[in-house]
Amino acid sequence: MIVSTNTPQIRISQAQLQPEPGSPDGKRPGGTDAQEASEVRTFLLGRGNSALADRGFRWLMVLCALSIFGIVVLIVAELVMRSSLVWSKFHFDFFYKAYFDPDTGLPNYWDPVNGHFSALPFVYGTVVSSLLSLVLAVPLAIGVAVFLTEMCPQWLRGPLAFVTELLAAIPSIIYGLWAMWVLVPIMRVYLNPALVKFLGWTGFFADDNPTGLGFVTAAIILAIMILPIISSLTREVMTAVPYSQREAVLALGATRWEMIRMGVLRNARIGIVGAVILGLGRALGETMAVTMVIGNAPEIHRSLLSNGYSMASVIANEFTEAVSDLHRSALMEIGLALFIVTIIVNALAQFLVWAVTRGAPARVN
Amino acid sequence: MGVGIEVLNLNAWYGTNHTLQDINLNIPANHATALIGPSGCGKSTFVRCLNRMHETNPIARVTGTVRIGELDIYEDAKPVEIRRRVGMVFQRPNPFPTMSIYDNVAAGLKLNGYSNRRALDEIVEKSLKNSALWDEVKDDLKKKSGASLSGGQQQRLCIARALAVDPEVLLMDEPASALDPVSTSKIEDLIFQLKSQYTIVIVTHNMQQAARVAEKTGFFLNGRMVEFDSTHKIFTNPSDKRTEDYITGRFG
Amino acid sequence: MRGLADGTVTALAILATVLVITPLVAIFGYLVYKGASSLNLAFFTQIPKPVGEVGGGMANAILGSGILLGMASALGVPVGIGGGIFLAEFGRGTKLANAIRFTADVLNGVPSIVMGLAAYSLIVVPQNHFSAFSGGVALGIMMIPTVCRTTEEMLLMVPHAVREAALGLGVPNWRSVLSITVKTASPGIITGCMLAFARVAGETAPLIFTALGNSFWSISPNEPIAALPLQIWVYALSPYDDWHRLAWAGALVLIILIVAAVSLVRFVASRGILKGAS
Repeated sequence: MIVSTNTPQIRISQAQLQPEPGSPDGKRPGGTDAQEASEVRTFLLGRGNSALADRGFRWLMVLCALSIFGIVVLIVAELVMRSSLVWSKFHFDFFYKAYFDPDTGLPNYWDPVNGHFSALPFVYGTVVSSLLSLVLAVPLAIGVAVFLTEMCPQWLRGPLAFVTELLAAIPSIIYGLWAMWVLVPIMRVYLNPALVKFLGWTGFFADDNPTGLGFVTAAIILAIMILPIISSLTREVMTAVPYSQREAVLALGATRWEMIRMGVLRNARIGIVGAVILGLGRALGETMAVTMVIGNAPEIHRSLLSNGYSMASVIANEFTEAVSDLHRSALMEIGLALFIVTIIVNALAQFLVWAVTRGAPARVN
Repeated sequence: MGVGIEVLNLNAWYGTNHTLQDINLNIPANHATALIGPSGCGKSTFVRCLNRMHETNPIARVTGTVRIGELDIYEDAKPVEIRRRVGMVFQRPNPFPTMSIYDNVAAGLKLNGYSNRRALDEIVEKSLKNSALWDEVKDDLKKKSGASLSGGQQQRLCIARALAVDPEVLLMDEPASALDPVSTSKIEDLIFQLKSQYTIVIVTHNMQQAARVAEKTGFFLNGRMVEFDSTHKIFTNPSDKRTEDYITGRFG
Repeated sequence: MRGLADGTVTALAILATVLVITPLVAIFGYLVYKGASSLNLAFFTQIPKPVGEVGGGMANAILGSGILLGMASALGVPVGIGGGIFLAEFGRGTKLANAIRFTADVLNGVPSIVMGLAAYSLIVVPQNHFSAFSGGVALGIMMIPTVCRTTEEMLLMVPHAVREAALGLGVPNWRSVLSITVKTASPGIITGCMLAFARVAGETAPLIFTALGNSFWSISPNEPIAALPLQIWVYALSPYDDWHRLAWAGALVLIILIVAAVSLVRFVASRGILKGAS
């Protein structure tokens, strides 16, 4: 077909076009070059296809990844095995049955010497201190997250985020040390009397613990510890809310707070719930700081100012000096319960956060 | 020392998308062959079938025969072996970011276990000379990283890297499309010089480029090869109306 | 009225932030106040003196922590990186990889004392004695999920073009993954390991009934060994003023190390995690 004259032709000069290919020759000038080249070529041809090495490498990596499952299986297997002694003896009674001292009529939950164990005070202590710490930490954490995401000037954002990261990195033992020597005296001298005076009428703040230890102290230090986690995760889910949502609310004439409330927090609320639950999970398992300030009394009292005990604390305090196999087994069972509860709580939290940020990594250090 | 490529009834899929349909052609040895066509016509998929890179995508599938020289690359060899004989230069330059210029060029050899230092030095120098980069980098071979070069230099580095393993075929997937005009013309000059030593297949959007460097040209449209002939014929007197429409700019 | 609410909220948010910074300043400040004076040469070179005697140091605890962390890293880093390589390079998008990733994230939230219990049950009981080895294992299995996830994240950031370049050269897959992909992501992977290391360095609970603690020099993996956080705990709870003094000093050393590690990680990260890969 001849190309018609009024359609634009590609301007190619004859000299630019390549000659028709002749018979494919394949020979190159330069003898030594050809010899060297074929040395490389023969070397590579002799390398084989490394299928074995590839397969071996892949299996090694799979094994490493499966170790994650292996760790879970290991923990469950070991804890179940070691707690079977006390499980076979008490079954579910272990978690709520109270014993009563025949002489005084007072409940006696944890009696290693006489061999009866009830974990109720530890469960109570863990739940109370954790929930109380949430009450204290969540409003503050959300406030910090709101400030950092929506209001904070750009120059301040980096340093504040860095400070939050540092707070999250401080080991539990150091929080405990500070709590024991600084927070406890403050509680004893200033806060406890104030709580008794202003909130004693609720029945939750009795004036019978002069030490400054107790649930409230533990809750305060826990709140400080979980605040960075809840705050960072809340920030993450808040920034995942698309800007268009904020704009839409502002266009309706909202103030800044209304914009935050309706445009951001409402959209992110599932993720924020997830962040809170993650904080709860951390609080439930916190050991050293709580051990040093909760009072270590395996008792249940209504007053939040009284001494108590937590599941992790009793393990930390009593394990190395356990008086019998049954005692150790009881502590193992508490450990197993703690493991199961934190797994469930963390799984729920991860799922909620994932649902909002769509699979972006939710790492919590 | 290149070899010819024979393609018989090649079909390729991405999942359910039948990207290439019944491709048949013979690519001559020691010449440059250009593949042109509008976006999405399958020309990139085609070249990726020639070095078995297409199948690295988990949903990709290929049927048909590709013979490079005497070798049926799908039946008689494993992908890794093929890719040492068929080199590839990609659309965007992709030097290894943690390696020096020297190590980039030598990568194909060193990572396959080649350890003769003196020979490596010679090979690196020869490859860089062949890709017209030697004079610009010869003093900084081991000091500068591959990623610190300009775009055009990076692409020539990638060409040197591909040449260092002495392939028989060099595939180039729009090698100059991300580069400025000066670098583009340098690379075209390069292809001109290299094609006497290797069989070159170059995918290009730029018809003038095809006309400048290639002896034979293939026109792809919608996954089929419409016409494959000497470049001269394709651009002055195409047999198929679709080819004529494309080269005169009616579409694409 | 709305403006008032707006202003109040702003004020509250600022207040909340101040409240957050205060503990960090308070804790660090108090540690310096109580512990700095005790940081002398003796602290870093001597073991604790017998009860009642003044002086001595926590040198054995610092060494012990080093040994424990070495063992933990020997277990946690290779296995964790291997897991991360699987998640990013071989299992991407598969159900198995998703399940592993989810499990790793959940494991990161499990209380560390549980890891100690597992190590006690697995190693201390059959061997019938406490040991540094069991402590190292407890800390090691804590590191695995953390290192795995950070490695995966860093590998996912390596551009696909780099992997393609290696494949196109006919480099075997295992070599490409190790020498190119992992190498490109290595600054990020290393910082991830450092973070895991710093986190585990401050852990006390898993060591209470595995490594147990030791008042003397010990480097044997088969015997109880001292560790800095453990020693701090024991001394803090003791009735001796001199031991309290040492506990403060030890806490100060610990917090300085951890702050240094976190700051270093942040510094490296801000300079560009993948140097030159963009």
